[in-house]
Amino acid sequence: MIKKLLGVLALSLTCSVAVAAEGGYKLDHAPNRINNMASLQNGAKLFVNYCLSCHSANSMRYNKLTDLGLSEDEIKNNLLFTTDKIGDLMHVAMTRADGKKWFGAAPPDLSVIARAKSTNVGPSGVDYIYTFLRTFYRDTSKKTGWDNAVFPSVAMPNVLWQMQGPVTHSHIVVHEVEKDGARQWERSTLTYDPQGYSSVKTETLQNHRGGESERHTFEAANPAQASAYDNNVADLANFLGWMAEPDQLFRKKLGVIVLLFLGLFLVVSWRLNAAYWKHVK
Amino acid sequence: MAGEKTVETTGLLGWIDRRFPLTKLFKEHMSEYYAPKNFNFWYFFGSLALLVLVIQIVTGIFLVMNYKPDGNLAFESVEYIMREVPWGWLIRYMHSTGASMFFVVVYLHMLRGLFYGSYRKPRELVWIFGMAIFLCLMGEAFMGYLLPWGQMSYWGAQVIVNLFSAIPFIGPELSLWIRGDYVVSDATLNRFFAFHVIAIPLVLIGLVVAHIIALHEVGSNNPDGVEIKQGPKDGKGRPIDGIPFHPYYSVHDLMGVAGFLIVFAAIVFFAPEMGGYFLEFNNFIPADSLKTPPHIAPVWYFTPFYSMLRAITSDFTWVLAGATVIAAIALFLKGNLRGIWRIVVPVALLVVAVLLRTIDAKFWGVVAMGGSVVILFFLPWLDHSPVRSIRYRPTWHKYLYAVFIVTFLVLGYLGTQPPNPTFNLMSQIGTLIYFGFFLLMPVWSRIGTFKPVPERIRFSAH
Repeated sequence: MIKKLLGVLALSLTCSVAVAAEGGYKLDHAPNRINNMASLQNGAKLFVNYCLSCHSANSMRYNKLTDLGLSEDEIKNNLLFTTDKIGDLMHVAMTRADGKKWFGAAPPDLSVIARAKSTNVGPSGVDYIYTFLRTFYRDTSKKTGWDNAVFPSVAMPNVLWQMQGPVTHSHIVVHEVEKDGARQWERSTLTYDPQGYSSVKTETLQNHRGGESERHTFEAANPAQASAYDNNVADLANFLGWMAEPDQLFRKKLGVIVLLFLGLFLVVSWRLNAAYWKHVK
Repeated sequence: MAGEKTVETTGLLGWIDRRFPLTKLFKEHMSEYYAPKNFNFWYFFGSLALLVLVIQIVTGIFLVMNYKPDGNLAFESVEYIMREVPWGWLIRYMHSTGASMFFVVVYLHMLRGLFYGSYRKPRELVWIFGMAIFLCLMGEAFMGYLLPWGQMSYWGAQVIVNLFSAIPFIGPELSLWIRGDYVVSDATLNRFFAFHVIAIPLVLIGLVVAHIIALHEVGSNNPDGVEIKQGPKDGKGRPIDGIPFHPYYSVHDLMGVAGFLIVFAAIVFFAPEMGGYFLEFNNFIPADSLKTPPHIAPVWYFTPFYSMLRAITSDFTWVLAGATVIAAIALFLKGNLRGIWRIVVPVALLVVAVLLRTIDAKFWGVVAMGGSVVILFFLPWLDHSPVRSIRYRPTWHKYLYAVFIVTFLVLGYLGTQPPNPTFNLMSQIGTLIYFGFFLLMPVWSRIGTFKPVPERIRFSAH
């Protein structure tokens, strides 16, 4: 009975792994720069200049950026639109209705997007943003001329394309097909060139082992530019992760002190308890 | 002065004692409440539950000062608390972590009761008050979860309120009445807010007081399940296996508090989302009545019961109907029902078996979910074991408990996952084990070779 139960338990655990691996694009792991002020400042600059025209951050005040080591004057001179005040929230002029009309979907508010895109005991929202912004490719069949491997048919065009440079994208699928009554393995490669024109190449695989697979490749025309772009996107994703909870750095610092205190409290209460119970027979 | 009571205390305390039984209450419930000496680790969780209740109430008061129960403002007001209210993030995380830790502590507290038979005569009312507290806690947690007004808040509430619509005849009207609207809306948010901050906490505090008064009336059980009041007594009639709660257990519980707060603070400061289980990531997206999330799961502490809800499919009602028929036959042939009941109960069960196949399975899912909680109320009368404590039960009883605990955890895990055929089968097996454990308890709990119970508690000095 118990063996059977354990068997079922083991089965369920293997199943859960399979389910977890199944869903969508495998996200890249974003570099952890949450304690790096220069990275956060660069991310803030990119965010304000590139994102904050369509996306709002309604819960975020400009002057909260002082936590990143920027002075109020620096924020005013470099990051504020002329009509805004330093104590204002990061609203945008575009209404949700307009956004819906122009893009097909209103651009979401980004205040807590990094938390919203996190997964249970899986990749974080920062990983998601880091991967998402690096998997755009030109596709002439789409309304905006762009598509995305992480978020297929996304309404957002690749705003950062000039920074990224031209990219060739290939979607390679290995799968089993039935041809003339016989089952055989096939690899089909769907390639989008930097102008967004697609071509398909199919080849039959002999003696294929390893089952079905699917992967995406992104080939930059200028690898140096693309790698600088990756670096910038890492900073931007890092900033969005920070903005989702601006007090997180202080929270962790305070946590260490609180735990040290509680550790001491535990020792004191333990000895106090022992002193009282010493004579209890 | 005429009309004043004579009391032993003097000064201010004497003045109070002549008007209010302060010293008397303190003695009855603290310094002269005799608790068994042999409490172990499991006995921390009662006082810890009280601590978490205080944390929830105090942090809750400060949250209400800044929260806006309004469909258009609620989501952003929570972020306002997180960013702009001084220490708001700490208060909010303490409250959200407290909600989950309340269930951790209460589940362990209930498990302790199960292990040591703390619900057995004469402690039935202690258990029933406790179960009522658990029920209130579930309501409190469910209504509170709507307040951040994120996608999971919204759709979780939508799913659970819709369950009521499965009740035959009155269902649709009932769920409409609960929501106050045709979908979860501002009206729902406002009434849930009222229940969460006023109605349920009031009932909860009353029940906690009743729970403790009932406990102190009959005295605490202990890991050996032996009554200290029936053991030897000292010259003043005090049980010598007991010890004054204050100061001995107050300092002991203080140590438990320290240990608990370390875990609590570690979560609050370093993992407030607890990997998406204490604060669900989807709930950082504002509620949108037009966009249903692909996967809706309740918070972890409801998932074992939610699994049992999902387990009841139309096919599975065949199994349940079969089990009900077998139960009817067994009760008719072997049961010790007397007179008319020997006919009435089996016939009623046969009617249930027919209804299982005629009423929609969704309704039976709701019955299973509700029943899985309600059945716990009857534990004092389901357990027929000659001994209280697990220590003196046959070894295979311990395995049975282990299977039950594993089943509960597996059901909890399955409830967080999107459904698939394997998982559904597993949760169906889990549901049978869960209900089988309790419904067959009158039979299995008296079978086996029980170990001799000592006359007095076993206690060795620390």
